[in-house]
Amino acid sequence: MYIFDTLMNRMRRGCQTMAYPHGPAPALPDRHGGALRLDASACPAGCDACAEVCPTGAISRQPGSSTTLDLGRCLFCGACTKTCPHGAVTRTSDHRLAVRRRDDLLLGKPGEEELRLAEALDKKMKSLLGRSLRLRQVSAGGCCACEADINVLGTIGWDLGRFGIQYVASPRHADGVLITGPVTKGMELALRKTWEAVPEPRIAIALGACAISGGPFIGHPQHNGGADPVVPIDLYIPGCPPHPLTILDGFLRLLGRLEEQKG
Amino acid sequence: MNTLAPFFSFANASRVSWASVPVFSVTKLVRLTGELIRGGARLVAWFGVPDHDETTLVAILAMDDDSILGVARSEPVSGSYPSLTPKYPQAHLFEREAWEQHGLVPVGHPWLKPVRHTNGDAPANAPFFRVEGGEVHEVAVGPVHAGVIEPGHFRFQCAGEEVMHLEIALGYQHRGVEDALAGGPHRGTVFQMEAVAGDSTIAHATAHAMVMEALAGVEAPLRAQWLRAVALELERLANHTGDMGALAMDVAFLPTSSACGKIRGDFLNLTALLCGNRFGRGLVRPGGCMHDLEPERLATLVERLKTHMADVEQAMAWFWDAASVRVRFRNVGVVHPPQAVNIGLVGPAARACGLVRDVRFDHPAGWHRFSQAPVAVWPSGDIFARARVRSLEVQRSGRYLFEQLAEPVDGELRTALGAPQPEALAVALVEGWRGEVCHVALTGHDGRFRRYKIKDPSFHNWSGLALALRGTAVSDFPICNKSFNLSYCGFDL
Repeated sequence: MYIFDTLMNRMRRGCQTMAYPHGPAPALPDRHGGALRLDASACPAGCDACAEVCPTGAISRQPGSSTTLDLGRCLFCGACTKTCPHGAVTRTSDHRLAVRRRDDLLLGKPGEEELRLAEALDKKMKSLLGRSLRLRQVSAGGCCACEADINVLGTIGWDLGRFGIQYVASPRHADGVLITGPVTKGMELALRKTWEAVPEPRIAIALGACAISGGPFIGHPQHNGGADPVVPIDLYIPGCPPHPLTILDGFLRLLGRLEEQKG
Repeated sequence: MNTLAPFFSFANASRVSWASVPVFSVTKLVRLTGELIRGGARLVAWFGVPDHDETTLVAILAMDDDSILGVARSEPVSGSYPSLTPKYPQAHLFEREAWEQHGLVPVGHPWLKPVRHTNGDAPANAPFFRVEGGEVHEVAVGPVHAGVIEPGHFRFQCAGEEVMHLEIALGYQHRGVEDALAGGPHRGTVFQMEAVAGDSTIAHATAHAMVMEALAGVEAPLRAQWLRAVALELERLANHTGDMGALAMDVAFLPTSSACGKIRGDFLNLTALLCGNRFGRGLVRPGGCMHDLEPERLATLVERLKTHMADVEQAMAWFWDAASVRVRFRNVGVVHPPQAVNIGLVGPAARACGLVRDVRFDHPAGWHRFSQAPVAVWPSGDIFARARVRSLEVQRSGRYLFEQLAEPVDGELRTALGAPQPEALAVALVEGWRGEVCHVALTGHDGRFRRYKIKDPSFHNWSGLALALRGTAVSDFPICNKSFNLSYCGFDL
């Protein structure tokens, strides 16, 4: 009987994969906050209230210069937005956070109040990849939160496979590496070897605050302060950890799929 | 009656002054610790505190039946001391760790080698245990594994398909968590505590908060304690559900696997409903909680929890109804109850060996002083038992949550945290979903951390996984591993 029951239950449940990106994106939790925006022109001289509460030194202000916010270091704890009395740092509720260049995560200069979202890979790279992207994930000091939400994208709710994106067991089968963690000294060699085993051309993605800057462990001598010093990075996805929607947005943006949707 | 005498007895989540911690010669400390373990105590922590050029060893024991903890320390020592491990294997990693961190040699330790120390750009793995013989072969796996999972290195000594011995070498994830805590707490400390093991954010953050509160001599408001208990069960639900799905996946039972993958995400979203983050970042802080569960939000939480509990119970029913699933788990990956006692197993892995061992029940602190979920136990020690305990805990956590959410606690959410007491030691145990999370803080004369020791349940349980593999086919490693699902970063710190 149980096979019949299982089939019936399966049919009753129907398709559980979300409509996004063909339909609307699932809502972020109301307390999530999304990306941050910094309007440094609102900062009065001498005020560095936000910098004082930031746990990772993501916000800094040198005397006489404007405030800068590095979303690559940001844990999105919201301490700055709650502290700022001038409304200079605010939450945007925007889930889109992925960028192509490290500098694109720096906010504060005039015209750079928000991060500069990732552009797609060039035509040649896209045509080489075709309709698939195979990633070898390497956790190099990750706390398992980034890894967990990378895994979640593979479940039926998100169904990453429908975009041709897959996590693979061997770097030989991969088009690139997806790195989490600050790249501990203990994982440096393993990451290098994994990277070298991926056939060229290849891409590297740094996912989460740790892989971009060291995150909560910033400055510790036991790691490399992110993946950058070990492997050249093509896509940065900030967050601690990034929401699955943010990760998916990053992948699709890199592959130019979101533009195709619009077109 | 103080069953831990001559150790100084105290309760979970409280502090003792450093001066009142009894001091013994190191030989006597080792002897007394051994005698108390033989009398039914359990080694919760064993670590060194630097003292000028020497090291003070601190032993913390738990007498679960009496709900008390005991602490004692050695006179400052250097060089070596007689090892506890030959008689009391539960000390083996603690002694290796103290050797690595302070250079103290436990004389007689049968397998003294690094725990997480790196040499250049990789962990300093000393030679592995080898079985020799014509039909013996060795399988080496990792640090990079096939799936999306943390790194570690596994060496199997096999005769044919049968595993004779498994040695697990970790340290790849070492981020220097404890080193950074000296002189703390710092501005980033709570954020690091939340990332000690990212899937146990609530457990580690709560243990840290309780240690800080004990040092300051305050208690978090009851509403905050209640909220922490709620969040802790949501964390347990998400992880147990995920692991049930992973177990189903590894025996190719796809209905449960796909359903649980999705439901796990649903549980994570309930935590996100509480605090905006799916892993509970930013919820628990020393002194209380940062986000409230207002009536409307609470109603939404209960409504969604009902749906997800119904879904997960159904997905588990398919799993347990299938003889093809049950047969894959029976008598595979067995840890025998005496072994579990000897190596000091904790959490669901211990309860799956018939041990009634659960911090929420044995050493209730915070909200668990007022309400508890029944302890889930299964006697057979195999994968079946570990899966069974997990699925019982899913049901009981669900019921516990409905009970708790039906009667929200009024009051404040945060209390001001005063300065920590100088020269004091505070200990907090929390039953995370993997088992006993232990944080110990020792303050110096300035009230800053002189030493902060973190112990994730994985620190005990990796040895359990190694033992479970003995006599099991190497191809059964994935299901054995999933049934424990231990933390690499929580171990490596």
